[in-house]
Amino acid sequence: MYQYNPVDQQLIDQRVTEFRDQTRRFLGGELTDEQFRPLRLMNGLYLQRHAPMLRVAIPYGLLSSAQLHKLAQISRDYDRGYGHFTTRQNIQFNWPELERVPDLLGELAEVQMHAIQTSGNCIRNVTSDPLAGVAADEIEDPRPWCEIIRQWATLHPEFAYLPRKFKIAVTGASHDRAATQLHDIGLEVVQGESGQSGFRVRVGGGLGRTPVVAEPLREFLDQRDLLSYCEAILRVYNRYGRRDNKYKSRIKILVRTMGIEAFRERVEREWAQIRDGELRLSEARISEMKSHFAAPEYQFFSGEALLEVERRLMADVDFGRWQRQNVLAHRQPGYSIVVVSLKKTGVAPGDLTADQMDAVAELAARYSFGQLRTTHDQNLVLADVPQTGLYALWQALSALGLATPNIGTLTDLICCPGLDFCSLANARSIPLAADIAERFDSLDFLYDLGEIQLKLSGCMNGCGHHTVGHIGILGVDKKGEEWYQITLGGRADNQAALGQRIGPSLPLDRVVDAVDDILQVYLQAREEQERLIDTVARIGVEPFKERVYAHH
Amino acid sequence: MLIIKGADVTEDEWTRLPEGQAPTDDSAEQPLLVGLADWLLHRDVLLARAGRLGVLLCGEDEVERLIPDLDHLQLIAVSFPVFTDGRGYSQARLLRDRFNYAGELRAVGEVLPDQADLMSKVGIDSFSISDSVDSRRFFGLAG
Repeated sequence: MYQYNPVDQQLIDQRVTEFRDQTRRFLGGELTDEQFRPLRLMNGLYLQRHAPMLRVAIPYGLLSSAQLHKLAQISRDYDRGYGHFTTRQNIQFNWPELERVPDLLGELAEVQMHAIQTSGNCIRNVTSDPLAGVAADEIEDPRPWCEIIRQWATLHPEFAYLPRKFKIAVTGASHDRAATQLHDIGLEVVQGESGQSGFRVRVGGGLGRTPVVAEPLREFLDQRDLLSYCEAILRVYNRYGRRDNKYKSRIKILVRTMGIEAFRERVEREWAQIRDGELRLSEARISEMKSHFAAPEYQFFSGEALLEVERRLMADVDFGRWQRQNVLAHRQPGYSIVVVSLKKTGVAPGDLTADQMDAVAELAARYSFGQLRTTHDQNLVLADVPQTGLYALWQALSALGLATPNIGTLTDLICCPGLDFCSLANARSIPLAADIAERFDSLDFLYDLGEIQLKLSGCMNGCGHHTVGHIGILGVDKKGEEWYQITLGGRADNQAALGQRIGPSLPLDRVVDAVDDILQVYLQAREEQERLIDTVARIGVEPFKERVYAHH
Repeated sequence: MLIIKGADVTEDEWTRLPEGQAPTDDSAEQPLLVGLADWLLHRDVLLARAGRLGVLLCGEDEVERLIPDLDHLQLIAVSFPVFTDGRGYSQARLLRDRFNYAGELRAVGEVLPDQADLMSKVGIDSFSISDSVDSRRFFGLAG
């Protein structure tokens, strides 16, 4: 894990001092709302429906136990005893007091954390694969590249006031678990012709009001040119992106307006000017960065020790179920990847209490080298668990309510905070998520359904990523009432696609039935091991639509 | 408005040529600040004057158009109509780092203390601020 050097530390310490001064000036009336707004946003602070919301950066989703303990303490001391993990691998606190936010930021700085650029029209937290460094299908660990990008993007003087927010994601594996095609820049590690690795660069993806799947900008970028090429893209965007209408200011609109060819030409022309300049990455810099993400010191386990795990699996049905659903294959023999489910029925997806945070931090210290990851589908990952520890870990997680064996199933759904918290929302999302989880709580039924990604947003800004859900649900406002639009066939992986609307929106009390209808059509129509998403691709949305709207 | 450059505070001595107006030479000694379009239109007349010359850039202006003239300019003013409009940062950086402009590079418009460091980092070395703005943060910033 990357550790701050004195320069990094000084940077965030200064930012705390600066924000303390800005908050003081705002509270003292020296700064207007209008002037304070971009400053607080640059520090992750929104003024929301009930209270300020502070979004804390978790760079590429990587956390140490010490950091999670700190987040636990902060949620106790500054919030209401819980935090909310977001779809961009960050954590949000929903109830801090504005006056105390500078102190809160000061505490974060003690564990090398901050809220810089988690909001505002700037380069946001870089996101990545939660299985980085441990996945079997990995070409190269994306985290050193994420960190290189993070350092370049943090407080970049030229790009602090972009036309709109800017999100970058990196994947180093053949299976995209970072939704890179739905980012302003999506980077995918690929092998070049002569075997060296580089990046496929995509641009202009994004969700929100105008969802777009990113277009390929460059098929192969030499690793050393990563920053100069990103800088070229950002400079073109900063100069030519629209600023007159915030709904048309994302880079996807610029790409669409110019056309990808013309956009590419501009970027390449700009890049030609800077690619041999100071941003070129040296071999030394790259290998130094890689050393921060070296594999932990794995142990060797005897066959006998591992047999004991097998025996447990045979003997304990519940453990076996959890192991099949929430534990993933690790590339190191004797180790497993454990997904900690934050999707217990009755709990808002992504929420974790302070006590749970402390407990998970301890479990990470005991079983996973003191580190954990947040995922973009709002779970946590303990990435390096020795198989000999699985049973004890499962028992501990079960006691905490964090072992619901539903990873990858319908109830492992993602959802934004919705109308309950967010001032942008049109409709509630958390209660609907709860209704869905309650209706479909039979594990056998969930397992029979197989992999389904249900994603739910309370408004068209799409924080719940509904557009790329296998089943997407979008809350809309209809004459002051909450209605919901359903889409099918969206996906955020390598075959990224936007969901198709199945028909007019539905009132709240019909949504869960509609989901049931969709599932029934799928169960009748599926062939062999076909997943819902594949059935939708094969038969189209029409049969689903017929069933959902049949009785009305 | 006050102009802060390094340790100095001065009144603005530059006269802005109103947009679309042809320059006359009745105040030939007076430093004259001209919009990019007018600069390109009246370049020869302007260069014949004895006084100092500057160009005011708006966000949509292509800085590249000034490349042939950089040696003749004593001032380039980059505008920030609102402080959240960040195009001026790219313009300033290009002028300084790519086109090696060595004259005064001034931020005008909504210039506030919280952006002073950023502006300085992209090469801006003078700041036009309104009297109500706390000026302390602007002192001693080199471009």
